[in-house]
Amino acid sequence: MTVLRRGYVAAPLIGWLWTFVIVTTVAVTMSFATGEAYRPSITLAALFGAPLGLIVLALKRPAPVAGLTVLALGATLFLGTGPLVTGAEVGVLPRAIAALVAGTAIGWPLARFLDDMPRGEMGRHAFEEAAIRFLTGTGYIFFCAIVLIPFYVMVMTSLKNQAELMVNPLDFSIDLSRGWDLFSSYAELLTQFNFGWYLWTSFYVSVLTVVITLLFSVPGAYAVARLRFQGRAAFSRSILLIYMVPMIVLALPIYIAFSMTGLRNTILGIVLIYPVTTIPVALYMLQGYFRGLPAEVEEAGLMDGLNRIQVIWKITLPLSLPALASVALYVFMIAWNEFLLAFMLLDDPSKFTLTRGIASLNSSEIPRQHLMAGAVIATVPIMVMFLWLEKFMTRGMTAGAVKG
Amino acid sequence: MTHATPPKGRGALARREARLAWGLLFPTVAAVALVIVLPLLAIFWISFKPVGLADLRPPAPIAREALRTRSDVPQIEYRIRNSSQDVPVRQVVLTDTWPEGMTLAGDLPGFCTLEGRAFACRLDEIEGGYNERFRIDVTLDGDPDALEDAAEGSEPAITGRAENILTNAEFTLENFARVFDGGAFWRTLGVTLFYTFFGTMGALTLGLFAAMLLNRSFRGQGLLRGLFLFPYVAPIIAVAFTWVILFDPFSGSANALLVQMGVVEAPINFFGERPWALIMVTVFAMWGYFPLCFLFILARMQSIDTDMYEAADMDGASPFQKFWFLSMPMLLGILSVLFLLRFIWTFNKFDDIFLLTGGNAGTRTLTVSVYEQAFAVSNIGAGAAVAVVIFVCLLIFSVLFFRFLSREEGL
Repeated sequence: MTVLRRGYVAAPLIGWLWTFVIVTTVAVTMSFATGEAYRPSITLAALFGAPLGLIVLALKRPAPVAGLTVLALGATLFLGTGPLVTGAEVGVLPRAIAALVAGTAIGWPLARFLDDMPRGEMGRHAFEEAAIRFLTGTGYIFFCAIVLIPFYVMVMTSLKNQAELMVNPLDFSIDLSRGWDLFSSYAELLTQFNFGWYLWTSFYVSVLTVVITLLFSVPGAYAVARLRFQGRAAFSRSILLIYMVPMIVLALPIYIAFSMTGLRNTILGIVLIYPVTTIPVALYMLQGYFRGLPAEVEEAGLMDGLNRIQVIWKITLPLSLPALASVALYVFMIAWNEFLLAFMLLDDPSKFTLTRGIASLNSSEIPRQHLMAGAVIATVPIMVMFLWLEKFMTRGMTAGAVKG
Repeated sequence: MTHATPPKGRGALARREARLAWGLLFPTVAAVALVIVLPLLAIFWISFKPVGLADLRPPAPIAREALRTRSDVPQIEYRIRNSSQDVPVRQVVLTDTWPEGMTLAGDLPGFCTLEGRAFACRLDEIEGGYNERFRIDVTLDGDPDALEDAAEGSEPAITGRAENILTNAEFTLENFARVFDGGAFWRTLGVTLFYTFFGTMGALTLGLFAAMLLNRSFRGQGLLRGLFLFPYVAPIIAVAFTWVILFDPFSGSANALLVQMGVVEAPINFFGERPWALIMVTVFAMWGYFPLCFLFILARMQSIDTDMYEAADMDGASPFQKFWFLSMPMLLGILSVLFLLRFIWTFNKFDDIFLLTGGNAGTRTLTVSVYEQAFAVSNIGAGAAVAVVIFVCLLIFSVLFFRFLSREEGL
């Protein structure tokens, strides 16, 4: 490791690796955006990045370094060989854009990474600092890529038609001149495949689940959190234990029981069964919150002549509105995303929830842009809600969310 | 002199409080018992029973009625049939009301009676596959078409008692024998453990790295945090199908990209061939559940006291040393709790693999084989037996979990 801890060794190494990371990112991005051929080269990245690292070590100022990198990379791109290799069909404008983006993204951060690095030998601090900066940059790119790519593919596939994608699976560029026609698979889903109705079914099933769950879990959580009774500890443990029971184990007897009582294939059956799967989660989250509330306020209420039920209604609940919102959102999310029970219990297309409706699109006769449009329809409402109420949502999830 | 002693035992107030507590808990306890405890008991019961999917509809007698005229003699025809091919139905009783204007002309079969307009037949037993019709001559007084409508409009009622396979006293160990038969079970268990262990470890590692990236304040931190949670928040079915399409061997973008970049020579059937399918479903588990780990680890990181790091800075600790000797010990608790929880939950996971591969190409885990046995092979008993095996495994994990949890209560 001590060999590495010299400026003239570490800087070219980081220069090489960072160049490779960026050209790979740019190659993937450009391929996905235009469908044309871009390819990173690890050896040419070394030939390009290592000298660059040394230059940066000497210069250390982001702006000139970035400018220099853009020019150098642009030259390699137009010469036809360099860390970023393009196909012959790639035009001048995309090449220029690639050079500009990649050059800036290589040069500017590299100057930051190597900011405190001496040219000769260095201590642990300086070396690790540079290594951590490099790893952090790579980490952001990696995580953003793995999260964004599937969602990008989902949305873009829903806007294109299957034949186009068979020709070039990488070509996600969309023809804006088609106008509203781009959304034809959405229109078809909503009109011919009854997805508007599924959306509504999913919505009211989820809302009913939230309401029923809260009705059951609020009193239960209050009792576990505040009241003293025998078996309280055992009870709060067994709540956690219920988390561990897999749904597929329960789904089988529930299927049998529902088949025998005629509840299978009814929305009533779904509304009966969903809350029971969410009550333990809600109970666990709420009791944690109720414990954190000051007992004195409630005792003051008791002294002033309220009974317990009135205390819950007039004091505890208003105080725990944020927690109730978190739980409600979380339960809504579970109910909205639920697939297994809907899949097993619903066969009649007029009673499908959204997830069950998407499952029915998974056949070779239905073009896959419809399947992806269905996925987008199911994902967008929950995403919008999530981003809008992100604070409540994350709090809700950390509070007790171990539900898988 | 009397000593004042504190009251012993439970006073009226304490009893009232306990009563209220149980009152508040009762609805939840009842619901959970009905939908979780009862089904669990049912699973144990069924796992010892030779039950197939077809047995869920118990055998029942079925009756049909028709009024016809054969060689100028009007006849009423009853047809009785057993819905089951092999289970007898006992004490079959058919009752019907004859319409006004239809009267008996010939003889009744021996097992039937007619009192006024009330017609009834009693059969002691009809065996499996029974399907007989019998005709009774009648005279019609009035419009024959109207009478036919009236006779056929009133459905005959039929009742009978059949042995239900789910409730009788017949037990078998065959389901378990079938489950443990051959190497299939151990292969399934191996696949399950591979998927569970690596899926959990991967999700934890990714979560840890993501948390380290975001454990600093900068503009857009909130946005990135929201973004990183997307895989967990989106409906499983939506993201699973996206992955299937993304990694499709013929028209999948991932394969096209890999081929174009020269990483692979020919497209790989990621979800259709061994060992790729198992690796890919495991990667999917890592991808789908790292956000949850990330959220918990980040919450714990942000609650670590910064004084400690300042002291370490004074002592000249390097960034890696600070992470390894200060952060890691502080995070060990949450990491082990998360590991156990995620381990159990990944072990229980069914939807992911079912949607991605359907359990093919060497990805059949225990949960998928419950579904396979019960619905694809239509052997509910065998499915229940696998479910019992899963449950026993989970019981073992839960014991471990509570050992840890009592030490690491601050989840």
